[in-house]
Amino acid sequence: MDAEISLTVDGVPRRLTVDTRTTLLDLLRERLGNTSPKKGCDHGQCGACTVLLDGERALSCLALAVAHDGAEVTTADGLATEGELHPVQQAFLDRDAFQCGYCTPGQICSAVGLLREVDRGWPSHASADLTADPQLTAAEVAERMSGNLCRCAAYAHIVPAVQQAGGVQP
Amino acid sequence: MTDLLQPRAIGQGLVRRDGEAKVRGTATYAYETPVDHPAYAHPVQAAIARGRVTRIDTSAAEALDGVLAVLTHENAERLASTEDRELAVLQSPEVAFRGQLVGVVLAETSELARQGADLVRVSFAEEEHDSELTVDHPALYKPDKVNPSFETDTAEGDVAAAMATAHATVEQTYSTAMVHNNPLEPHASTALWEPGAQVPLTLWDSTQGVHPDRAAVCEVFGLDEEQVRVICPYVGGGFGSKGTPHANVMLVVLAARALPGRPVKLALTRQQMFFLAGYRTPTIQRMQVAADRTGRLQAIAIDVVEQTSRIKEFAEQTGTPTRMMYAAPNRRTTHRLAPLDVPVPSWFRAPGECPGMFGPEVALDELAEALGLDPVELRIRNDPEVDPETGKPWSSRHLVECLREGAERFGWADRPPARHRDGDWFVGTGVASSVYPTMRQATSDALVRFEEGRYVVEIGAADLGTGAWTVLPQIAADALDVPVDDVEVRIGDTRLPQASVAGGSSGTNTWGSAITVAAREFRGKFGAEPRDGDEVTGSVDQAAKDTEHAAYAFGAQFAEVRVHADTGELRVPRLYGVFAAGRIINPRTARSQFIGGMTMGLSMALHENSVWDPRIGQVANHDLAEYHITVNADVGDVQAYWLDEHDPYVNAMGSKGIGEIGITGTAAAVVNAVHRATGIRVRDLPVTLDKVLGGLP
Repeated sequence: MDAEISLTVDGVPRRLTVDTRTTLLDLLRERLGNTSPKKGCDHGQCGACTVLLDGERALSCLALAVAHDGAEVTTADGLATEGELHPVQQAFLDRDAFQCGYCTPGQICSAVGLLREVDRGWPSHASADLTADPQLTAAEVAERMSGNLCRCAAYAHIVPAVQQAGGVQP
Repeated sequence: MTDLLQPRAIGQGLVRRDGEAKVRGTATYAYETPVDHPAYAHPVQAAIARGRVTRIDTSAAEALDGVLAVLTHENAERLASTEDRELAVLQSPEVAFRGQLVGVVLAETSELARQGADLVRVSFAEEEHDSELTVDHPALYKPDKVNPSFETDTAEGDVAAAMATAHATVEQTYSTAMVHNNPLEPHASTALWEPGAQVPLTLWDSTQGVHPDRAAVCEVFGLDEEQVRVICPYVGGGFGSKGTPHANVMLVVLAARALPGRPVKLALTRQQMFFLAGYRTPTIQRMQVAADRTGRLQAIAIDVVEQTSRIKEFAEQTGTPTRMMYAAPNRRTTHRLAPLDVPVPSWFRAPGECPGMFGPEVALDELAEALGLDPVELRIRNDPEVDPETGKPWSSRHLVECLREGAERFGWADRPPARHRDGDWFVGTGVASSVYPTMRQATSDALVRFEEGRYVVEIGAADLGTGAWTVLPQIAADALDVPVDDVEVRIGDTRLPQASVAGGSSGTNTWGSAITVAAREFRGKFGAEPRDGDEVTGSVDQAAKDTEHAAYAFGAQFAEVRVHADTGELRVPRLYGVFAAGRIINPRTARSQFIGGMTMGLSMALHENSVWDPRIGQVANHDLAEYHITVNADVGDVQAYWLDEHDPYVNAMGSKGIGEIGITGTAAAVVNAVHRATGIRVRDLPVTLDKVLGGLP
């Protein structure tokens, strides 16, 4: 079964006919040729497909495209503007927070989402006080980034990269 | 002795050249190659562990609108070579392990391909299977060699006599789990077969070496190398599992040849990777060590039992590090394999050294305890002057310095006493040694060309995230004596000069050697002021290979472990490694390799375990929700340091290779720390809560 939907992807509006089984991830990768989000597991277990969906980090492999008519999707590629990298991307470069690069766009979208969540005061499992404003400590960042697997295991560099992008001295 | 390059660009922590493309996600991996109008392939797998296909009904799949073809052993082309039975896809009805490929569906979209695969009805005649490794398996046999060409067994002196008379002995059995490489990028390809074209087959594949990949495809399909082009600019991790092609590569080529002119995309699902993409055999290691009163080893022996598949032998060389790590007058190593109805085991980061530095390095800790000696000191006292196996001098060996510097940085001298309790947590520290042989492959070529004021270096090398895109220009710049910005390096394509596999931590050593030869020949031929278009191809100089020395990288790892007194939860707040691995070409990318290897070692220690269900013959936890790898919150303070090691014997760069040493010894350091914290000695990996909970003080 097919359905017609509208999406804005990295700022570009799209009108598309989609198989109702198609995930947002496969739509981006196989229909729109936007391979910035990666497929690592297709089951929401690795985080490589993370994008910003209406500004929040989301696993695009678990999102059916048809269920997101009208949504605004931002991939890691869309975070960079006018040839300038997003501060999170720059921090990942500065800290060598990756090796093979396959999980990296997902890590970066996740980190951008994380910084917004912390700004809004959302607590995590690592927050000692659920009512206080969370701080970008290493423990907070590590906890909040744990949905994004990195098999090259750049974790010890990802944490300071996210802290740097969040304006905190690692 | 090699004429070492003068380091100018070498040693600089340059940012990855492919970094911007990777942080944006615009670097294209194999499946992502932009092609017109691709078809999508989805495999069909065997649902029995042993037997044969009796009937395949493809009618429902073929009737599905959008399905282009269904291939099975009944209609697939006959391959030129079926000698490698792992790669002989869709050639017979025989099933040798659960999950083996029995078909593939090609369709207009990936959704339709998957639906079509679900619609293929396969009937099997099931035979009794045997898929469980045991230490006394009745079919255990002695392989002719262990990987790649080491003696299966070695013996010197009389271990039994030494064990009977020594002051202190340890005799224990250790085991490591079955583990799967699980690179984040699945095994994936895009293949295009154009029968009339000069190069009929183009294969964009996720591989650790385009040239070896091409050679394997040519062998199986009976093609000449000129007929095949393999392209792979980026690899989303391999860790050995993309070092030699697996069945998925042959399947996508088979599919493309069934659909001439149409590019075919195939990516294994994460679940399929647990059947088809290789793994490390579980190992059982019976250790014997004996020492005199001063801690000098009198005997060291390891008897290894592991598994292989019935259709293809893979003999992990687990006993090899015991042959050279420490001296003892009485020594023995053996390997025995059980041939089972299981998927084909294969390369996994530091094959041999990774599992083989677990049993021995824990046994040494137990010996130190029996002697009442500090485990750092025990290792220092047994540091051999020459290679105990060959009698050759070391090209360089700075294990003792690594141990001493690591102990200093870690604060080993002030470590808490055994079973120290800090609130709800028991705290302990552990140490182990690391080792990895320094290898250089026999052949690789590099081309150097002067082009519009810049130097272009071409070599079909692979960057798995290791940094080849960045470090090869550094080597070329120093070999040509020019600024690194004046060098462009092109890799990852069989149109470029042939290059060896990125495996055995040999990539930089081998490709850098070829580049250095080419650069020196270029300067010799064209001088300092070449003309546009001047070019030279150089090859790894085998004649210059040093055979007089035993060449290894060494290291020492220190772990702090906390074990929760009530729950048995295990944390590793600190993991420090100090390595002596020759000259470090790029400290920025090198640090990532070291900490990545160490963290994967931590993952092996605490998390990774492909739980085998012998009743049905498959991994029960075959996805990333159930197969646990270390995640961000599992990692604390991970630090890698290295000595400024000068080795004039290994190669012109003075480099030893750093992709694998970081994972060796780590698990032993963690286990030794768990023992110090709790008094519990866990001898079978991984260390899970259930193994400590019952024994906590």
